[in-house]
Amino acid sequence: MNMSTLEIRGLHVRVNTDQGPKDILKGVDLTVRAGETHAIMGHNGSGKSTLAYTIAGHPKYQVVEGSITLDGVDVLSMSVDERARAGIFLAMQHPVEVPGVSVSNFLRTSVTAVRGEAPKLRDWLKEMRGAMASLQIDPAFADRNVNEGFSGGERKRHEILQLELLKPSFAVLDETDSGLDVDALRIVSEGVNRVRATGKTGVLLITHTSRLLTHIPADFVHVFSDGRIIHEGGMEVARTIDAQGYEPFVGARA
Amino acid sequence: MGIMDAPPKDLTLDLSGRTLADVPVPSGREEEWRFTPLRRLGGLHTLESAASPALTIDAPASVTVTQASVDAPDFRPTDRLAVAALELSSSMTLVRVPADTSLAEPIVIAHRGDAVTASVVRIEVGTHARATIVIDVTGSGSHTAAVQLVAAAGADVSLLQVSDGDRDQVYAAQHALRIGADAVVRHIAVTLGGDVVRLVTSAQYDGEGGRLDALGVFFTDAGQHHEHRLFVDHDAPHCTSDVQYKGALQGEDAHAVWIGDVLIRAAAIGTRTYEMNRNLVLTEGARADSVPNLEIETGDVASAGHASATGRFDEEQLFYLLARGIPLVEAKRLVVRGFIGDLVARIPVATLRDRCMARVEQRLGDQDPRFAFEDAE
Ligand SMILES: Nc1ncnc2c1ncn2[C@@H]1O[C@H](COP(=O)(O)OP(=O)(O)OP(=O)(O)O)[C@@H](O)[C@H]1O
Ligand SMILES: [Mg+2]
Repeated sequence: MNMSTLEIRGLHVRVNTDQGPKDILKGVDLTVRAGETHAIMGHNGSGKSTLAYTIAGHPKYQVVEGSITLDGVDVLSMSVDERARAGIFLAMQHPVEVPGVSVSNFLRTSVTAVRGEAPKLRDWLKEMRGAMASLQIDPAFADRNVNEGFSGGERKRHEILQLELLKPSFAVLDETDSGLDVDALRIVSEGVNRVRATGKTGVLLITHTSRLLTHIPADFVHVFSDGRIIHEGGMEVARTIDAQGYEPFVGARA
Repeated sequence: MGIMDAPPKDLTLDLSGRTLADVPVPSGREEEWRFTPLRRLGGLHTLESAASPALTIDAPASVTVTQASVDAPDFRPTDRLAVAALELSSSMTLVRVPADTSLAEPIVIAHRGDAVTASVVRIEVGTHARATIVIDVTGSGSHTAAVQLVAAAGADVSLLQVSDGDRDQVYAAQHALRIGADAVVRHIAVTLGGDVVRLVTSAQYDGEGGRLDALGVFFTDAGQHHEHRLFVDHDAPHCTSDVQYKGALQGEDAHAVWIGDVLIRAAAIGTRTYEMNRNLVLTEGARADSVPNLEIETGDVASAGHASATGRFDEEQLFYLLARGIPLVEAKRLVVRGFIGDLVARIPVATLRDRCMARVEQRLGDQDPRFAFEDAE
């Protein structure tokens, strides 16, 4: 079995803003192995999405120091699409609309790219419809344009649909739980848990509350503040944050 | 200079009966010339003589094709290039489809260009006849063409103009359409090649109940100038015009111009008209100008509207597709195919549909064999 490991070491990331360059990540260290689930919790603006985007290779974020490797292979030298084909997946906090491109066409093109060959049409339709059904996505969505006019919750479901079809070795889910109603949260969590159950995927959940973690138990919970991880523990950390906020961790550090 | 500085338009621009001697050489400041790079026209706007192009015509047996002296008094040229085509062509190709015939195969007029040439083609389709005509322009050189389509009452005609010349070709044409009572004319412009393509489509209605569907698909690459100008003159009651153009642009100094003029005259009661142009700009450095213009001189219009929009394939959309493993070229194909696909599907000749899509995809980059999906569903 292929046991993948994503390693982040001393990661410093800068973004160019209208007011000049701004340092956002200030030394992130994190190791996620296949089969493990990690959660990152932290204040708004602390740099969580920046970490997620940097792993995926968004051109806006400039790595000034540090490394990211997947099974020892340098991720930072790969283009965005190469990273995805190497097994890295990012469920975005704000998935964008892609006008003119239908969901079914998009999914098939993506699956073809990641698997390295086009699935046979008949097998593919069965697989896609099955995956949509298990996430309770109306089959009519296959013919709609990607994210166009989707509600917030529908977009998140569509991200998890891609997670299930692409079967990455490492997945970052950036606030996949925010904006979901209780039923949707359960359905989406079941999707993530199906992927986790394979034991082949390392999962990094970015979230604000422990609500998601009651459905998807994390092995490790990291507290993120001002561009770095300031505390690490188990599920009790999430419960402390729910009850008392970030003060106990930020205070302890200061 | 912005669009606001433009002099007022003369939608009824009609140079009928005028000769080159009394039509001034354009300076580039005129409304109908202000977007066109005159210096790249290969001298077409100052033309004094021209050869005749070799047209290869392939037509079903029931169609008559003859060479006649130029005789098109009802052709209303709207610019000096069309006047030049009418005046400098030594003969006219006359294509006649008899009344009540239904052609199983299209008439194909192949124009493989070289040198500086001028041509006139007149296509007459008889009452209740059904015909498809393809004008397929390839090669190089500089050309001005006057093409007239006369669709008699009840005829059903598709006229396709494929502009697919080499990257040094200059091709200018006016297609003058006359639409008979209850006739249906589909005019389809597929513009892919050339250095400069300037296609003027003018339409007039000869009776009540005529319908024009004008479709256009263009792909404008770095350095190319593609200009489509439409003038629909509603002068008869209860006629319809539906204009839909979509184009994708990529590369430095790719420039597409779309002018959609619709005039509904006092007599044209019960008119239905809609015109739409949408452009997709794939890269920096490409520019699309889109100017719809609707003038209504009657109080009794059934429906009238227009839409024009230029969108950008932005960095975030691209990132999303890349982040799903889709390589850059495939990402662009996916987006362009999705954008123009609905209009391409309406091209009534299957081989042209395929060729249009294949040419566009080729321009976007070399196909990765992994993405050659079998299409049957
Ligand atoms: N492109 C950008 N231009 C300017 N500032 C940016 C840019 N991207 C991120 N930032 C800034 O970097 C900081 C971290 O942003 P990031 O989106 O990573 O936060 P986050 O932890 O995901 O917050 P949230 O919980 O609100 O999603 C913020 O202050 C943000 O304004
Ligand atoms: Mg965020």
